[in-house]
Amino acid sequence: MSDVIYKTDDLIASDIDTYLQTHQHKSLLRFITCGSVDDGKSTLIGRLLYDSKMIFEDQLASLEADSKKMGTQGQDIDFALLVDGLAAEREQGITIDVAYRFFATEKRKFIVADTPGHEQYTRNMVTGASTADLAVILIDARKGVLVQTRRHSYLAHLIGIRNIVLAVNKMDLIDYDQAQYDAIVADYTAFARSIGITEFTAMPISGFKGDNITTLSPNMPWYMGKPLIEHLETVELDVTAAQGQPFRMAVQWVNRPNLDFRGFSGQIATGTLKSGDAIRVLPSGKTSTISRIVTQDGDLAEAVAGQSVTLCFADEVDCSRGDVISIADNPPQVANQFEATVVWMADEPMIPGRAYWLKLGTQLVSATVQAPKYQVNVNTMEHLAAKTFDLNAIGVAEIATDKPIVFEPYADNHALGGFILIDKITNGTVAAGMLNFSLRRAQNVHWQTVDITRDMHANLKNQKPAVLWFTGLSGSGKSTIANLVEKKLHHMNRHTFLLDGDNVRHGLNKDLGFAEADRIENIRRVGEVAKLMTEAGLIVITAFISPFRAEREMVRAMVPDGEFIEIFVDTPLADAEARDVKGLYKKARSGQLKNFTGIDSPYEAPANPEIRIDTTTMTPDAAADLIVERLLG
Amino acid sequence: MTRTLTHLERLEAESIQIMREVVAEAERPVMLYSVGKDSAVMLHLAKKAFFPSPPPFPLLHVDTTWKFKAMYDLREKAARDAGMELLVYQNPEAIARGINPFDHGSLHTDMWKTEGLKQALDKYGFDVAFGGARRDEEKSRAKERIFSFRSAAHGWNPKAQRPELWNLYNAKKAKGESIRVFPISNWTELDIWQYIHLENIEIVPLYFSAPRPTYEWEGGLFMADDIDRVEKVLGRKLDVIERSIRFRTLGCFPLTGAVESDAKTLPEVIQEMLLTTTSERQGRVIDHDQAASMEKKKAEGYF
Repeated sequence: MSDVIYKTDDLIASDIDTYLQTHQHKSLLRFITCGSVDDGKSTLIGRLLYDSKMIFEDQLASLEADSKKMGTQGQDIDFALLVDGLAAEREQGITIDVAYRFFATEKRKFIVADTPGHEQYTRNMVTGASTADLAVILIDARKGVLVQTRRHSYLAHLIGIRNIVLAVNKMDLIDYDQAQYDAIVADYTAFARSIGITEFTAMPISGFKGDNITTLSPNMPWYMGKPLIEHLETVELDVTAAQGQPFRMAVQWVNRPNLDFRGFSGQIATGTLKSGDAIRVLPSGKTSTISRIVTQDGDLAEAVAGQSVTLCFADEVDCSRGDVISIADNPPQVANQFEATVVWMADEPMIPGRAYWLKLGTQLVSATVQAPKYQVNVNTMEHLAAKTFDLNAIGVAEIATDKPIVFEPYADNHALGGFILIDKITNGTVAAGMLNFSLRRAQNVHWQTVDITRDMHANLKNQKPAVLWFTGLSGSGKSTIANLVEKKLHHMNRHTFLLDGDNVRHGLNKDLGFAEADRIENIRRVGEVAKLMTEAGLIVITAFISPFRAEREMVRAMVPDGEFIEIFVDTPLADAEARDVKGLYKKARSGQLKNFTGIDSPYEAPANPEIRIDTTTMTPDAAADLIVERLLG
Repeated sequence: MTRTLTHLERLEAESIQIMREVVAEAERPVMLYSVGKDSAVMLHLAKKAFFPSPPPFPLLHVDTTWKFKAMYDLREKAARDAGMELLVYQNPEAIARGINPFDHGSLHTDMWKTEGLKQALDKYGFDVAFGGARRDEEKSRAKERIFSFRSAAHGWNPKAQRPELWNLYNAKKAKGESIRVFPISNWTELDIWQYIHLENIEIVPLYFSAPRPTYEWEGGLFMADDIDRVEKVLGRKLDVIERSIRFRTLGCFPLTGAVESDAKTLPEVIQEMLLTTTSERQGRVIDHDQAASMEKKKAEGYF
């Protein structure tokens, strides 16, 4: 081990103040290690920690005990046991999640994301790679470039890692043979070019024996490059490179302690900013100049990418969480339709047309993903036709947001191009994505302002518009009650319109079937029609099974707060099936009718409907009276 | 002109970004405050994140009644200096049953800390709690997310963690669920000490060596902080000897082992830490109970 690279005990012992002075100015490199189960990844990380003295005696003692008990290296220390954290993983012998490790040399501090090589855990590698400046791709020298090597390289490149190290490991097991090493590097070079990786650094190492880790190995005098650690200490950091781009900062929080101070807090994504710079707030486009860059340590004359600051403007300009502050003359784009690369991370597949939350920077909007243009086979890089994205699928699809967002292509700016999708019901993070570009059709279709507003339409009719949304199983009595409600409202001189599920499918939606994606599109269209009708001032009554909670919530979000009234017509399946007015249950049971709600397709009952009608205790007429009373009361 | 940020500047900026995300998205956040050095750094970062406003959440100390006296002293002062409300919670059942670290072993941690924390969060209806855990402390913590989700019963499921990409944190949750957020996840023990030194942050004097009354118990060296109480519980007199000691971590005084040391200043403490050969948590009894013990405790709701 080289004392020049790692902390020098002599200096610490003799002059701690000088040591601290030097060490407060280290930079920070984050990297990931990718490799398959047997490529020796955990061993390499264990070696880095061990060589940098990040392992204490008590940890070493328990490591030695563990190595004897369950190690795979005979009497030697099994470094892999240092980094395999969770009990379940220890038993399985594979790493199954992202673990973060820390070590430091004289020049840099390092954070290593240890990401799993197992095929089913693509999402973990993408997670670990998203914050990395550099990727170390491990290859077992005995095996050469494998399917996994290609996958790891593709993912690292996809997530935008510019610095790639190809570490050909276990050189000790091929007698440090240069010819075999050269062949592997040539093989990898050809592959790397084919997926767009133009530059990488190859090195022959042994994590187990320590060759070319901290010092150049006497076993491989033919190797002309740097040892791994030295390379990691000297590569350029992304955060430094980001300072050369135009200034952008997403507003996290408005700081308003009193009437005299209004500041906008955030972390600078790219660029540098000086007091007095002209800025623009997006999406509004309003401009001002920077009057102060505030921190607790005093105002700054200049701030750079990576810093968390609070900005004050010279003028009173509207600005809140989700807005992006940009340099005035070179702002990012604003759009609502995009092509994106999506990495699906949930067990439940993506449902085209369903609304998910999309979080990009500090912007949170509702978004729908269209059916994939294609899925990528991450082993062969082939484009495959796909109807959806399953767990760990990667592909390209169009995304539409419910309002315009400030963005830049991911390739230009990770902070304004990378996003996550969140399931609106489970709240899980179901996907990560990267915006490739906006679609021109969104840029060219503008909103036309109209003079007669929705309030004017409603006032003329002397009523408050609403959507009475009936949901329930087929045969529960939705249409019957909805009809009665409309009749009663009509007698009271209310302007209404009833949209019935069956009737709409004869016209507007006659191109749609009953598969999940079609059912979602069916409801989306009905929602849009209902929305237009409320804008015309009408009370809209709809009767659709509308089995999925997410789509009912999507329609709720389309209209102003309080105008969507969800009415759950609650009938036990057995009762609805016993009635079977249209004979549909019989057909479904006999297999003639597929995707029938309640039989072979789920019904998700509302959690908190505005009105619940229990048809086992209430007549249709009483139910209609209750609904009218609740609407007008 | 580019300027390379130092590792401490990057860590500070990241922690501040995390704290602001929580305040923007949580309904009722709280900062868990244990009066230790990590808590001191957390509080300092919170002041920076929201300056010139005071941090817009209270501090919560889940107390065991067995902390060092010097910790109780600093607790009040730190909250006052930051202009923040300080909430102190003690599990009433643990008080009633007289739970202590001598007679009750791991039940002491379970009742005062694990149960106490759950009760306090439920009592005040906090939906997000900042904690000062770091990934370098212990193997199972190395895999914990920065935003860590807890069920309504406060359980942690390592298999159901949400993927965390870039600096995008998903703070959505169902009613009753809560989130533990760890803004200093990526700091190491050395980073903490360097930052305290650089930023001149006030910490409990027990971290610095001084002549203090000590006793030995079950092979460890402990400070006689409230010797009458300890002797009452143990039912016997202890040999109290004055030694030059300090602490590498601070918890309950009968559970936190002291080290003999001459490090009287921060640089000397850092010097000792860098030259030392045992890990920080070794002085704590909790991790040694059983293999993977921290992981088990976390699944049960310990922070």
